[in-house]
Amino acid sequence: MSGWDKFVETFFNAKVMVKYLPDILSGVVVTIELALLIVVTGLGAGLALALLRSLAIRPLNWLIVFTVDLFRSLPPLVIIVLMYFGLPYAGPAPSGFVSTWLSLAFVLMAFSEEIFWAGITSIPKGQWEAARSTGLSFGQTLFNVVLPQAFRLTIPPLTNRTIAITKGTALGTVVAVTEILGQASSAMSNSYNPSPLMMGAAAYVVLFLPVVVAARWIETRFAWKR
Amino acid sequence: MVTNHIVDARAIHKHFGTLHVLKGVDLKVDERELVFIIGPSGSGKSTLLRCLNRLEEPSSGSIVVDGIDMLDAKTDINHARRRIGMVFQSFNLYPHMTALGNVTLALRKVAGKGRAEAEALGRAALERVGLAERADHTPGQLSGGQQQRVAIARSIALEPRVMLFDEPTSALDPELVGSVLEVMRGLRESGMTMIVVSHEMGFARNAADRVVFMDDGLIVEQGPPAAIFENPTQERTRAFIGQIQRH
Ligand SMILES: Nc1ncnc2c1ncn2[C@@H]1O[C@H](COP(=O)(O)OP(=O)(O)OP(=O)(O)O)[C@@H](O)[C@H]1O
Ligand SMILES: [Mg+2]
Repeated sequence: MSGWDKFVETFFNAKVMVKYLPDILSGVVVTIELALLIVVTGLGAGLALALLRSLAIRPLNWLIVFTVDLFRSLPPLVIIVLMYFGLPYAGPAPSGFVSTWLSLAFVLMAFSEEIFWAGITSIPKGQWEAARSTGLSFGQTLFNVVLPQAFRLTIPPLTNRTIAITKGTALGTVVAVTEILGQASSAMSNSYNPSPLMMGAAAYVVLFLPVVVAARWIETRFAWKR
Repeated sequence: MVTNHIVDARAIHKHFGTLHVLKGVDLKVDERELVFIIGPSGSGKSTLLRCLNRLEEPSSGSIVVDGIDMLDAKTDINHARRRIGMVFQSFNLYPHMTALGNVTLALRKVAGKGRAEAEALGRAALERVGLAERADHTPGQLSGGQQQRVAIARSIALEPRVMLFDEPTSALDPELVGSVLEVMRGLRESGMTMIVVSHEMGFARNAADRVVFMDDGLIVEQGPPAAIFENPTQERTRAFIGQIQRH
């Protein structure tokens, strides 16, 4: 057997791959569910916090900034572990799935709040003044004039963050979530063969590559001539 | 408050922290009058204009515009602002909207017009500033002079009772100034009440009813253009006029 054949036999073993394909696919479903939940709730909460912050209520803003800074500085794994193993001592006992979802949603909320906020504050004061001088209210100005411009600026950093944090679903293995990586690594130890890991990797590429491409497309679509 | 003036501002003071920027300004403007405000940089001209529509909150004083007490907490400020157009030095058009979008936004959101009616009114306003055929262009596709005319259209579409201009031509290349002044002249002829901060002396001379000279947060002197430009009574006015005429 040549070196190449040995390599293929080890990393792309057809028999192993066929056997564990269903496991990997069920992992894909779990990852997609987790990722969608994280993106929707994380970005939604981040935008909500940025909007609250624009109201400029001092004590509320301190609270927002503190929360955001906390979740931006803690490693996501620590948050997941604390929630899964620590929270039960205080009462609620979230499943591994829920722990992973909420932890990563909090992290995405924190980072996206900062990005949305930076977008909102980067819009020149003159835009607010022009809109308010025509009689638009604070909220109307925010939603019709400021946010559409802010969103365009936030799309590149936001997609980068979202993709990075969503890939963190792999951390769910630590708290027994059967997502792609979890399925792949247990299949790997059962079969004494790394092929399932290769399938897992392929699944990540299939899942995230379209997202990256879509992000690029959105970026060009939202650009306008200055 | 009883007043015969469309704009009646009394004893306006404005502090920015420890900085006393307006030190008791009285400004009364008649209907259909064009008042020019001139004065050195930092004298408080912009601040005064911005107090009139309450973009800036005066520290004290009273402001009545078209019978509406602007400083009364019970006044619906958004409703009141609709009647006071404002044009800025830097245009401040919304870059993500077309010219027509810029003009129709407040028509729909503030004046409550339906889309079709707002667009008809918006197109009419663009027509008045000579830009009907640019309705679908975004600000980035327009020259500075065209952008400023769209900004004027955005204001006049709401049929304001008063228009405030803060150095509307200062950011423009010299060859584009004329088109904006032309539109302002047309507005004046249609009977619009206008308060204009600008150093366009030629325009002031033949279009203004009154020139107000401000310095250091106070109105130093005011009168017909000829009197202020030719025979100022105050030394400070004379010095300032001399200075700008040398340029
Ligand atoms: N938001 C603000 N905060 C603090 N100081 C301000 C603010 N706005 C204006 N000022 C100060 O108030 C003074 C008057 O400013 P203002 O813009 O009204 O002058 P101006 O007469 O319009 O001058 P210019 O001809 O340069 O436009 C200046 O000293 C300025 O620095
Ligand atoms: Mg000024």
